[in-house]
Amino acid sequence: MKRLLLKNALIIDSVRHREFKGDILIENCKIKKVAEEIEINDREETRTIDLEGKVVTPGMIDMHVHLREPGEENKETIATGTKAAAYGGFTAVACMPNTYPAADNEATIELIKRRAEEAGNCRVLPVGCLTKERQGEIMAEYGFLKDAGVVALSDDGNGVMNSEVMRHCMEYATLYDLPVLSHCEDENLAEGGQIHEGYYSTILGLQGIPAAAEEIMIARDIALAELTGARLHICHISTKGGVELVRRAKEKGLKVTAEAAPHHFSLSDQETASYNTATKVNPPLRSEEHIQAVIAGLKDGTIDVIASDHAPHSREEKEVEYPFAPFGISGVETCLAVSLHYLYHTGKLSLRQLVEKFTTGPASVLGINIAGIEEGSLAHLTVFDPELVKEVNLKNWHSLGQNTPYAGKNLKGWPVMTIVGGKITAESLT
Amino acid sequence: MGIKTKDLLGLKNISKEEIELILNTAESMEEIIYRDVKKLPTLRGKSVVSLFYEPSTRTRSSFELAGKYLGADTMNMGVSSSSVKKGETLIDTGRTLDAMGIDMVVIRHPAAGAPKLLGENIKARVINAGDGYHEHPTQALLDMYTMRKKFGELQGLTVAIIGDILHSRVVRSNIWGLTKMGAEVIVCGPPTLLPADIAATGVRVVTCFKDALRDADVIMMLRIQLERQQKGLFPSKREYAKMYGLNKETLSLAKKDAMVMHPGPINRGVEISPEVYESVQSVIDEQVTAGVAVRMALLYLMMGSDFEDEKATS
Repeated sequence: MKRLLLKNALIIDSVRHREFKGDILIENCKIKKVAEEIEINDREETRTIDLEGKVVTPGMIDMHVHLREPGEENKETIATGTKAAAYGGFTAVACMPNTYPAADNEATIELIKRRAEEAGNCRVLPVGCLTKERQGEIMAEYGFLKDAGVVALSDDGNGVMNSEVMRHCMEYATLYDLPVLSHCEDENLAEGGQIHEGYYSTILGLQGIPAAAEEIMIARDIALAELTGARLHICHISTKGGVELVRRAKEKGLKVTAEAAPHHFSLSDQETASYNTATKVNPPLRSEEHIQAVIAGLKDGTIDVIASDHAPHSREEKEVEYPFAPFGISGVETCLAVSLHYLYHTGKLSLRQLVEKFTTGPASVLGINIAGIEEGSLAHLTVFDPELVKEVNLKNWHSLGQNTPYAGKNLKGWPVMTIVGGKITAESLT
Repeated sequence: MGIKTKDLLGLKNISKEEIELILNTAESMEEIIYRDVKKLPTLRGKSVVSLFYEPSTRTRSSFELAGKYLGADTMNMGVSSSSVKKGETLIDTGRTLDAMGIDMVVIRHPAAGAPKLLGENIKARVINAGDGYHEHPTQALLDMYTMRKKFGELQGLTVAIIGDILHSRVVRSNIWGLTKMGAEVIVCGPPTLLPADIAATGVRVVTCFKDALRDADVIMMLRIQLERQQKGLFPSKREYAKMYGLNKETLSLAKKDAMVMHPGPINRGVEISPEVYESVQSVIDEQVTAGVAVRMALLYLMMGSDFEDEKATS
């Protein structure tokens, strides 16, 4: 098929700020035509898909995933992780640099880009290390990393504990106008912690991680953003105090943005009472008041982005005693579905707002241009069915990491097709 | 009637009736301990393995003796000398025991939730003999047994538990058990050793030792581990003993007939003075005897009858 004709879709173009029902014709990687109705003469050469009831948006970006390659291919590979992302509705992902070796050098970035291209499932935007080997001590070579194609800098998985090092990293990052994605956690305060500190950590006998461990570092990084003028992005924000700090920083006009992960607005620490290691994640699942604060932050725009913090792990790593299991949820495949279920269907966010958190939100944090749905632009598109109810079933799972706390849950609203450069990379239309 | 669930993981999710059944059964078991020939055929042909991932003297020997008195075959699986040292996972160790036809596993583990993980993955019934800071149900049962023996009933008693509440599985099991039976629980310790939201479990929380002692019918002192001092949770052994140590002076602040308990092992001169340990108010040795009786009762109730639900619940 040379051409693809998408018919009767609700088009939410968050880039051009418009919303209408219509058809999209795709030809040679690009959008050839967008109109209320498109008629085609040579049907032989065109695949026509009726998208009545479905929504088409600019290609969605998950700006926080761990693809694990190179180094931990038992957890995930770039091929499997990007396939999972495509089935999750994403045309692009930004991958974190906590690989082995760490992505603090051009060679590792080149490898990631090459593997991503070979897989061809979605675009991969590499994030480079903030410090060498993510040790929090010596600044990585941002200039070389930028030339190699990184879109941002981060030591995600760890924060930079030394404030002086962080200050210089942020200062130096402004030279290349790269955003700093900060994993905010006071390691001393959080050390040994397994779940959110509160009633459940007490009755389960698992060491708690206080909300203050996150809030302290968010406050510090905001102070450093003010000092240095750097673009600061707070990763996986999970606390009431943290959301409030970002809100005030934005009011002050600082270049501070934030993202939230779906499990931090949909699941509370009550889930950990099962000792199911799929609920073990860092930052931890918090209590109800924190969940409500994250939702409020998404609603009022304090939180710009929804990102999965996709952290796949192998079965043998997770099928152990709770304190021995690694942190992380395999979330890229359920990210959009969980958001539709818990934010759109509960009336917390409109579809338009929700789409922004996955498109213009991450694009503006990362400083990348994304195309609107208009003639001549590259056809990176996400199609989802907001009304489709489906169970999270590990039998139809694409990530190697089966560590999902949503297994067996029914979610309403699912991606059904992902188009990258005019090519369908995931399709589950029924 | 027996224990309804396959595994005994804690006292949070068992009923008041089940607790009463265990305590009543333990009464008839205690009598056996005082016999000259302590051997019954009740559990002949049943096998119990104790799987201890942490050192233990009294709990492990207490379980083993309880099994032997009832005629069961008991075996201690030394974790340090087993395949666990070679990197075998808990689930695989459990599968191995299952394949050998074991009827029950008694597990102690430093990780909270480990007995649940084991129970969910094996056919043999599981008793939690202490998991991390989570629960130690048989300790709480023997504590309640000892209290009931002296006071007749648990309803209306005030039990003050003093010390390292944060790191104590004994406290958590006692809270669930005692509050279910209608007793009031006071937990007392320095703020650094009190866990978050502990009041939400239905206990009274006080930091002043004297306040905790005043109304108590039972004073339960907890072992203070000296590594907590290294972690900066209290400044010194000396200051701890002064603020939270039970000695003749502080004991005189409590009711005249207040009962003194300790789950052991004891740090003499730190949380409890030798005089108090040896005083008439102390039931610390009786607790050990009660431990055998309660464990006999549990082995009898759990192996002598089938469980109702096929699934383990926590």
